Amino acid sequence: MMKTKKGSEFLFFALRNYKLRVGLTVVLVFLAIALVGPSLARNTPFAYANPLGAEPPSGEYWFGTTTFGQDVFAQFVHGLRATFVVGAIGGGLGTFLGVLIGFTAGYRGGLVDEVLNMLTNIVLVIPTMAVLLIITAYLEVRGIITESIFIGLTSWPWVARAIRAQTFSLRSREFVDLARLSGMKPWKIVFCEIAPNMMSYLLLASILQFGGATLNAATLDFIGLGPTTGISLGLMMNNAVLWGALLLGFWWWFVPPGLAITLIVGALYVTNVGLDEVFNPKLREM
Amino acid sequence: MSLTVENLRVYYQTLRGDVKALDGATFTLDDGEIMGLAGESGCGKTTLAHSLTRLSPPLRYVEGRVTLDGQELPIADMSRMNDFRMKKLSVIPQYAMNALNPTRKIGTIIRDLLRSRHVEADTSLQELYRRLDLVRLPYDILKRYPIELSGGMKQRMVMVVSTLLNPSLLIADEITSALDVATQKAVAEMLVEFRDRALVKSMVVITHDVSILYQLADSILIMYAGQLSEKASTQTIIRAPRHPYTKLLISSLPTIGVRHAEHKLSGIPGTTPLLLDPPAGCRFRDRCPVAFSKCSEVPPFVEVTDGHWVACWKESETHA
Amino acid sequence: MRRYFGRKLLVYGLTFFLAVTIDWMIPRFMPGDPIANMLSRAALNADAARILYTYYTHAFRLDLPIWQQYVNFWNALLHGDLGISTYLFPTPVVKVLLRAVPYDLALLIPAILLSWLAGNRFGAFAARTKWLDNTLLPLGYILTATPYMWLGILLAWVFGIILGVLPIAGAYSYSMTPHPSWLFVGDVLKHWFLPFASLFLVQFGGWAIGMRNMIIYELEADYSHYLEALGAPRRLIRDYAFRNALLPQLSGLALQLGVVVAGALVTEVVFSYPGIGSLLLAGIQNQDYFLVMGCFLFIIIGVLLANFVIDIAYVLVDPRTRRGMTGETG
Repeated sequence: MMKTKKGSEFLFFALRNYKLRVGLTVVLVFLAIALVGPSLARNTPFAYANPLGAEPPSGEYWFGTTTFGQDVFAQFVHGLRATFVVGAIGGGLGTFLGVLIGFTAGYRGGLVDEVLNMLTNIVLVIPTMAVLLIITAYLEVRGIITESIFIGLTSWPWVARAIRAQTFSLRSREFVDLARLSGMKPWKIVFCEIAPNMMSYLLLASILQFGGATLNAATLDFIGLGPTTGISLGLMMNNAVLWGALLLGFWWWFVPPGLAITLIVGALYVTNVGLDEVFNPKLREM
Repeated sequence: MSLTVENLRVYYQTLRGDVKALDGATFTLDDGEIMGLAGESGCGKTTLAHSLTRLSPPLRYVEGRVTLDGQELPIADMSRMNDFRMKKLSVIPQYAMNALNPTRKIGTIIRDLLRSRHVEADTSLQELYRRLDLVRLPYDILKRYPIELSGGMKQRMVMVVSTLLNPSLLIADEITSALDVATQKAVAEMLVEFRDRALVKSMVVITHDVSILYQLADSILIMYAGQLSEKASTQTIIRAPRHPYTKLLISSLPTIGVRHAEHKLSGIPGTTPLLLDPPAGCRFRDRCPVAFSKCSEVPPFVEVTDGHWVACWKESETHA
Repeated sequence: MRRYFGRKLLVYGLTFFLAVTIDWMIPRFMPGDPIANMLSRAALNADAARILYTYYTHAFRLDLPIWQQYVNFWNALLHGDLGISTYLFPTPVVKVLLRAVPYDLALLIPAILLSWLAGNRFGAFAARTKWLDNTLLPLGYILTATPYMWLGILLAWVFGIILGVLPIAGAYSYSMTPHPSWLFVGDVLKHWFLPFASLFLVQFGGWAIGMRNMIIYELEADYSHYLEALGAPRRLIRDYAFRNALLPQLSGLALQLGVVVAGALVTEVVFSYPGIGSLLLAGIQNQDYFLVMGCFLFIIIGVLLANFVIDIAYVLVDPRTRRGMTGETG
């Protein structure tokens, strides 16, 4: 009964939290564009639609066209989809691994903890972009799933650290001892007693992971190590710079993709802060 | 009169409404008097302490007057109160164990504090040493960081810091709650000595442990659910309480040497009322063994004999 | 404290070991003859290819057992031999990298230090009043959410193309050769400014937000309340809170290094700035295995060194670590 009471209390604050509302709205708007956009676009991203080459936004081409006459809007909405896919899969994988490793380390303790902790610290220290570059450079063919997986495989350490710390503190609390004494099976203790207390943090961490994965993907794509097929926002910027959009002033080619990423990631951060306020009463302003 | 409190009302603001944590407190404190303030958790004693020292949201000042040494204290105004803080009115907080900045040496904290209050630190150094002797702390403690100290040592250090400028009124909020019995006794004795040496004029010692007050307080004020119940000298409260709540409270204390078979410990059945929407009249009514019809009105805190104040219709009726 | 440093050094040592091993392992797990693979993808004429093939076969000693190849690799590494670049043949990789390092340091060190210092001050300032908080904070969020390369592109576009006041490519004008003179210094600074600015701004936003959150937390701590109760002025309370909030920000700096390095990489690409990032990309695009791996190692070493410096700084600043009670886990 306490859980439903708590749940409705959170919902109450969640709906009233300004940051949460604004952030979530922005993300959902972009998500909607990503879902609906491609069907609205009149051209496919790579089709040479405009024989006149690069042109600024107009009634026919809402975001203008590239040097090759490609529809920037079409590229944009398809790229947006790719962004959400990578964010979800890469971020999701990173969160999952972080929780798995952090929790195991915290719950088991001892040698398992020492080893996992050392592993976490090592992966934490290594600059992930360098590793991602090396790995993706050696793959002949890269897909969007591959990119997401690699991003997930390198972004989990900070989550693992935080979850480990939380597990340590929760593990030694009285209600867990009580459960253990009453003969509850370990997995049941994990799911019913410990996990609910970490739910709020998990949500916050997932949001940050999504944002981080998006930025990492954009960076990889920009360098040219993104998926070998398909379009993405980072790739748009890469092409723009490569084909002199900067020098020639074709702002409609490079402004929208970067702006979209900035707004989505920024909205995710703001949502994160809002959620933190909802979960942590101390931060709430009267 | 050192401290006069008149009809002080301070509420807690919550989303569901105001919690009437302190609802009409009126009492006086003489120079040199150590008054214990006791009651169950949630009775309003810490609210009273905070009202005097740090009245900030979610606490909300409703009405009332507080006078110290003839001057009215602007308790609702955080910045104007600064003139009085530490110099006229000081506090040893409930969280004394964590009250010192962990990343600064203790001597530095004191020096920074005094300097910011425009008191020359160097001239006070001798005085500081004298105080450290009083609480039996070594002088080199000033060179240490708070994490290097035990809980008891930190407590005593905070006692020294809070009383450094000889305040007229010292409020000690649950300072013995986290200590073992032997240290409790030592701390209680130190407090009395502070008063005896006139380092502090009068004190309000807040605790839920009545037995410690027996050792250190001149008088005791009992609170219940945001209202004052009884105030009298320590002896009177312990030996001859008049308020029904006080009577039950005292009788629920174990006495050394008495066995359970001889004299059963009695508790007080029931629970304290929620103060979001408290019952009208005397808030102890529902648990009181002698409650009657008049108790639906708030009983006034009246002086039934010299220096003995009670808020109970039954008691004031007997003496009418 | 010995335990503190001991653990850190162990992690750094293992990391370095792991990095070198990855370095060594990757071409060997590719199908086929690793050398022929490498050389076939590099654009070389037949003579050069033959010379290199002989060189590499000798260098790799593929006829030797695996463990010996590994040891040889370490041997070469410790002698400062990272091979010869195929992209910039016949320059040794180490020489190429050392030429690029000063540019990276010139970009990264000021950007990291200044953004950390300024960002923290700004965040503490923004936390002062509700009004400031609500107006300045969104700026911080936008900055920290901005991808490094996009900000670089925007700055280049606005200041380089539209306004035309700053150059957008290279470390110094193509028409100049490096020589000690104020003209040259000025030219270098002009080329340096935009890449520096884009690295600075993004990090600045991040630190501002972090500090704002930390300082609110510190202002609600018991020691802050105690100072308030004793009538201390806001200035003192804020000062104590700020110094304490800097500590987690310092350890946060160590965590951010990887991200900043990535940012520097793409910024160099945008501005054609001749740092290790540009080299790495060139190496990847030209299939220059040795150059790529050399860059990778240099980056790892740089990050490990920076981490170590931060660890030392942390011990100096937080008295709790010196007394054997660390504030952080692991």
